[in-house]
Amino acid sequence: MDKILLRDVCFIYGKGTPFEKCALDHVNLSIKSGRITGIIGHTGSGKSTMMMLLNGLAKPTSGSVLIDGYDIQSRPQDVMQEWLLKEPYAGMRRSAAKRAIKQEIERRRRQLCFRVGLVMQYPEYQLFEETVYKDIAYGPSNMGLSKEEIRDRVLSAMRQSGLSEKLCEVSPFDLSGGQKRRVAIAGVIAMRPEVLVLDEPAAGLDPQGREQIFGEIRDYQRETGSTVILVSHSMEDMAQYCDDLAVMAHSKMILQGTREEVFAQTDLLETVDLDIPQITKLIQKLRQRGLNLPANIYTVDGAVAALRQLYAQTETGGREE
Amino acid sequence: MKSVVFGQYYPADSFIHRMDPRAKVILSVLFIVCTFLCRNAVSFFLMTAAALCLVLLSRIPVHLVLRSIRPLILILIFTSLINVFMTKGEMLLTPSWNIPLPWGKTWSIRIYAEGLWNAAFMILRIFILLIGTSIFLSFTTTPIAMTDALEQLFSPLKKIKIPVHDIAMMTTIALRFIPTLLEETEKIMNAQKARGADFISGGLIKRAKALLPVLIPLLISAFNRAYELATAMECRCYNGGEGRTRLKVLQLRFSDVLAILFLIAFVVGIFFLNRLGLIYTMK
Repeated sequence: MDKILLRDVCFIYGKGTPFEKCALDHVNLSIKSGRITGIIGHTGSGKSTMMMLLNGLAKPTSGSVLIDGYDIQSRPQDVMQEWLLKEPYAGMRRSAAKRAIKQEIERRRRQLCFRVGLVMQYPEYQLFEETVYKDIAYGPSNMGLSKEEIRDRVLSAMRQSGLSEKLCEVSPFDLSGGQKRRVAIAGVIAMRPEVLVLDEPAAGLDPQGREQIFGEIRDYQRETGSTVILVSHSMEDMAQYCDDLAVMAHSKMILQGTREEVFAQTDLLETVDLDIPQITKLIQKLRQRGLNLPANIYTVDGAVAALRQLYAQTETGGREE
Repeated sequence: MKSVVFGQYYPADSFIHRMDPRAKVILSVLFIVCTFLCRNAVSFFLMTAAALCLVLLSRIPVHLVLRSIRPLILILIFTSLINVFMTKGEMLLTPSWNIPLPWGKTWSIRIYAEGLWNAAFMILRIFILLIGTSIFLSFTTTPIAMTDALEQLFSPLKKIKIPVHDIAMMTTIALRFIPTLLEETEKIMNAQKARGADFISGGLIKRAKALLPVLIPLLISAFNRAYELATAMECRCYNGGEGRTRLKVLQLRFSDVLAILFLIAFVVGIFFLNRLGLIYTMK
């Protein structure tokens, strides 16, 4: 089922100024519920802009964004005339009604942020509280939850993002880069969103840190069954952790489907300077030479296992002859 | 947001855009002098024509220029009203109205022809002044080019121990980081909004408090940036203006000199026009 649907979405920065720039050009995208979807594209291909549309931080210039089949975009100026005629606004004074409509739209936007949790690029820059606990609790307390509920959510979010409970009372500014990143991610997970969107969650981390963060995100997805969207320009990471993939280039969506479907289109990927993982390429070459290997291998470990199996098969096959 | 980021600078390829920024600073000073010299209808007419020519020469859309004047409409109305009611002259246009004021006195309104003239001239003067300086400075010169020009124009002040270079460097850095900081503010605001921050509802205190999650990270990153920049500058052995050369050396071209000479001639022309006492001369 489609959790999120983008229909013919355009986004233009600074419309009507000399600095006008088109960031999304008639983009269509469907995100399936309960899966990890990866969005790949080079810097400036429009990925990050698209993520801001998903939780209502930005509104598309044209087109629509649907979550669970409902259109999420309502700008005050778009709905004002219509709502002013409806209850409960019809009976109010005009200025009071306008203010009430604006507040209602803001309330809906916030609700949307709780449903679609967005972790921005380099999220450690958003930390501000004195302690890790308080910072993670910022989101849940904005939701107006009870103290016990907040505590419960913060602790489970810390566990899910690989933070030890001992860090609760530590200042987030005393932590290492990787740990700060985890605190920021936990701050969004603690809101228990239906959809978790992460924009380059491993940017600037060492290979080990990358693997850990991605591993934790995958475990989180398996545990909660929520929908996860990962944005990255690294094919290797995406191949390893995503179920579905969508490829963007020059503000356009050029390819989407399951991981296997997307990586089968090697030629198309190469035309936009994106490469399939090295190891997958090697396996493809071996397959072309006639070796009987599966096509969906994206990690070195997977390749080793497949080759071992093949070797074992030929060994036994040889003996039978 | 973007319009704030770049100030009023409007990228275009025009004669005025290509001019040496130092020439533009000098020209705008001359232009200001010129507008204040104007005293009679003919010279005001000439100045208005000159300002319009500047707008056309700079290839900046007229509506943008007019929009930059919009915030001053109140001041324009206020000065013209004061001029209309307060100027005393010889040609009375209205019968003398006497309006009793609540505290006993009466206020007699008398509008003279001179008052109307003065009001018109004042409006024109502010208008021309604003158009002229904004065309020369803010619309066609980037802030960075501007500080460069000012640094060189004020460099004689080094003789009396005023740190011209340091001030210019600080201004340049400050200007350079305005867009960066604005971008950062927007990013952090979005990040906190994504965590359900509410910046618009509630009273003044509640809204001010809601901004803390934006201001704290912003301050921290601004300080970090400052440290990093200082280190980067020291790594490249920056030690003030002594013996520094430039990537873009400002060059005063023949056309720049010509433009300055032309405007000086214009100033002199206006000066003598005022003596002729054509139509009406402001006191």
